[in-house]
Amino acid sequence: MSAYETVIGLEVHLQLATKTKAFCGCSTRFGQKPNSQVCPVCLGFPGSLPSLNEEAFRFAIKVALALNCRIQSLVKFDRKNYYYPDLPKNFQISQYDMPLSYDGFIDIAVEGGGNKRIRIKRVHMEEDAGKLMHPEGGDHSLVDYNRCGMPLLEIVTAPDIGSPQEAYDYLTKLKSILGYLRVSDCDMEKGSLRCDANISLRPKGERRLGTKVELKNMNSFKGVRSGLEYEARRQASAITDGEKIIQETRLWDADRGSTSSMRTKEEAEDYRYFPEPDLVPFVIERDLIDEVRASLPELPEARAERFRKAFGLSDYDAGVLTGQIDLADYFEACVKIYPNAKVAANWIMGDVMAAINAKNADIRELALAPAALAALLKMIDSGAISGKMAKDILAEAIETGAGPEDIVKEKGLAQISDTAAIEAVVRNVLVKEAKSVSDYKGGKKAAFGFLVGQIMRETRGKANPALVNEILKKNLGE
Amino acid sequence: MEKLYSFTAHRLKELMAKGEVLPSAVLDQLFARVEKLDPGIRAFVLSNKEKAKAAADNPASKRGKLAGIPVLLKDNICVKGEATTCASRILAGFKPPYDATVAKRLKAEGAILIGKANMDEFAFGSSCETSCYGPTRNPWDTTCIPGGSSGGSAAAVAADETIMALGSDTGGSIRQPAALCGVVGMKPTYGRVSRYGLIAFASSLDQIGPITKDVEDAALLLSVIAGYDEMDSTSVDLPVPDYSKSLARDVKGMRIGVPKEYFIEGIDKEVDNSVRAAIEKFKSLGAAVKEITLPHTEYAVSAYYIVAPAEASSNLARFDGVQYGLRALTEDMIDMYIKTRSQGFGNEAKRRILLGTYCLSTGYYDAYYIKAQKVRTKIRADFDRAFSEFDCIITPTSPTPAFKIGARAGDPLAMYLSDVYTIPANLAGLPAISIPCGFSGSGLPIGMQILAKPFAEETIFRAAYTFEQATDFHKRKPNL
Repeated sequence: MSAYETVIGLEVHLQLATKTKAFCGCSTRFGQKPNSQVCPVCLGFPGSLPSLNEEAFRFAIKVALALNCRIQSLVKFDRKNYYYPDLPKNFQISQYDMPLSYDGFIDIAVEGGGNKRIRIKRVHMEEDAGKLMHPEGGDHSLVDYNRCGMPLLEIVTAPDIGSPQEAYDYLTKLKSILGYLRVSDCDMEKGSLRCDANISLRPKGERRLGTKVELKNMNSFKGVRSGLEYEARRQASAITDGEKIIQETRLWDADRGSTSSMRTKEEAEDYRYFPEPDLVPFVIERDLIDEVRASLPELPEARAERFRKAFGLSDYDAGVLTGQIDLADYFEACVKIYPNAKVAANWIMGDVMAAINAKNADIRELALAPAALAALLKMIDSGAISGKMAKDILAEAIETGAGPEDIVKEKGLAQISDTAAIEAVVRNVLVKEAKSVSDYKGGKKAAFGFLVGQIMRETRGKANPALVNEILKKNLGE
Repeated sequence: MEKLYSFTAHRLKELMAKGEVLPSAVLDQLFARVEKLDPGIRAFVLSNKEKAKAAADNPASKRGKLAGIPVLLKDNICVKGEATTCASRILAGFKPPYDATVAKRLKAEGAILIGKANMDEFAFGSSCETSCYGPTRNPWDTTCIPGGSSGGSAAAVAADETIMALGSDTGGSIRQPAALCGVVGMKPTYGRVSRYGLIAFASSLDQIGPITKDVEDAALLLSVIAGYDEMDSTSVDLPVPDYSKSLARDVKGMRIGVPKEYFIEGIDKEVDNSVRAAIEKFKSLGAAVKEITLPHTEYAVSAYYIVAPAEASSNLARFDGVQYGLRALTEDMIDMYIKTRSQGFGNEAKRRILLGTYCLSTGYYDAYYIKAQKVRTKIRADFDRAFSEFDCIITPTSPTPAFKIGARAGDPLAMYLSDVYTIPANLAGLPAISIPCGFSGSGLPIGMQILAKPFAEETIFRAAYTFEQATDFHKRKPNL
């Protein structure tokens, strides 16, 4: 057990999936030809001026409300001044002393049950920079300004996160909520969600915070967790060795599994923030907030609660199914047709999710629609197919997109539930396997399983297992 | 042959409407005059003879409020495909891929853009001497400065090298050169005219406005360029009146305030006399004149020289050699920034960038920038109080007539004080005009400034027009 307590705060940059950029009319489409989605405004050409994208502003309010934040009454932007070639104006439009929203929170589940509240200090709007590219072996760099001016939200927590795992859980929960709002695709690989972390240690029981280190360059939630784990260990051993932690920015190297210093506090820039004179501060109308609030979807926690109550699901199942809005929608669409929620939940959390994960697919694009899954489950209940058959049909339906009923028909997979037909096979087998029959009667109960196997073989697996059991027992005189 | 180049726009409009004058005839005369005079005046940094003549033949320029009227634009206003340099080396070769909103509106009303006017580099100056092209000369005395920063625009109008011009005004850059060149210059209310396409000096102070031969032309030109623009969120969504209709010859009962803080030490005696005589004229025309006080006036210049450079330091950060304009050839990126900016900017630009950067730095921001913004609020409150009792305020435009080229070049502070009377209107966002109101003993023009409350341009035009029609100062021409 470590003598230190870990204190973590996270800063998430979220790219909002608006149709156009934050301050001009350029498209925000990802993966386009470099510098094909630019205009004088996002290129910062002399004389151009920004004008705020209303959709970005609405998205920002949506996020703020979903994260339980208070909304500033006046919207004001500031300039953050620094030089870099991916920033064409050499300042970034951001929000400094009056973030759009503040004082929110997210509750995360903690080990051993219960919740922990992670406070959110602020959520503010800003614009993204372009991307620098360094051609292999070249003596120059290139800039792609397509990303320049995309709307970003910066979501900053209080130093309430107590472990790398909590950081991971916070990010998972945040992503879940953002997914419900449909404001961003939250893809760390594409860079639409980026996360920096501040981490410090302090002796257990100490109230003052230790010297913090800023950690950057994590490319996945797992990377955040690993980077923080490494950094917590590094700091603990440094402190134990009597070294002083210096305030610095360190980069996580996922391949080497370690962090290294990028710059110290002394090298940090003075951003010379001041109010952006090109954007007039404006008062947010109450009506707009009410309207956005009314448009908020049922969020994951509320939905999980409803799933527990309405469908009798366990905390765990409800949590998993509501973790992602599309999964929850899938489940609900399925149980509308097939009301045995527990069975549906098991199938979705088992075979369906396994297939999605294996293919890294989007559940909304899954070839097996919720109605098709419902039909499949109904066939099991009616005895038309066995559970074992259902697994194969499900796999094939996902692979080919064919309907489960069609697969059953086409392959002649329908289960034999005709009592007379099964009776005939049973009798036949009992005659052939007289030795086993006498073994069984002599007390060797394992012989029963052998006989079932033989009957299934005769029917090529199509016999209804429940009926086989029943008829076999009857014929064995039980 | 009539000297068409000396006509006002409103007179040419009438003649063109009657078919008595063709736009091409005006252009021919005008360009002949530019070719003859401009080597001495140096008001133009770009003269677009061929394009202007082609535009005059285009049916589009035969319609609109300014059909066929030549207009010269200050070199910080973007025109698509035309070199726009802010008279700075750092923008060498820059051709904007778009029109400023004012340029678009002028074209839409049939105006003919004849070229670009010289200016102080990035509008930093009051004398037109900081231009990378060298100074413009005052048409009334070519050993004198024309004022600045819109010195090229004002000199060209005064010398009849254009019919009308646009300038930009951040601390007096339209009004002061208008006064020093004996023409009319108006800074509209902040937000009245779109700044989209105006290469920014200080965003919260900049405004584009007309520089013309008389008040009627100023009203006409403002009617065309004013109005809300969704591309500029600081522009205000208020209907634009037809300012030409506000040109009544009547100031009876108009309440005019004369702030005592504007007639103090440092003001030239002849300027003092001319403006006081003008005020007497207003009285005789029936206005009710009273001395007033604007107690925070003395802090205006100091506050301005914090806010304006602060914004400028950030606005000019984009000139780094990456995308357009000058790029110094270097080995690495930081070196590119340093060399490009060292070579590209002149001394006054560097001085203001340093001043502004310093004022915004951690540890100084509250003491300078925040304090200056508070002063700004106080200055605005002074005016609000005054305008609750008065329709307009009359002051001198500049404490002195035009001074000799080089006289203040080595003394930035003396130069900054050239704008002591014009800066408050920018800090408060008010509309203000400068019109001719006299001449010095050596024959240099003297201007008077008329201010009104926000969006009361009509009041200003009425007062200015009444005075102008009752006097002859605007009719005098320099001997060229």
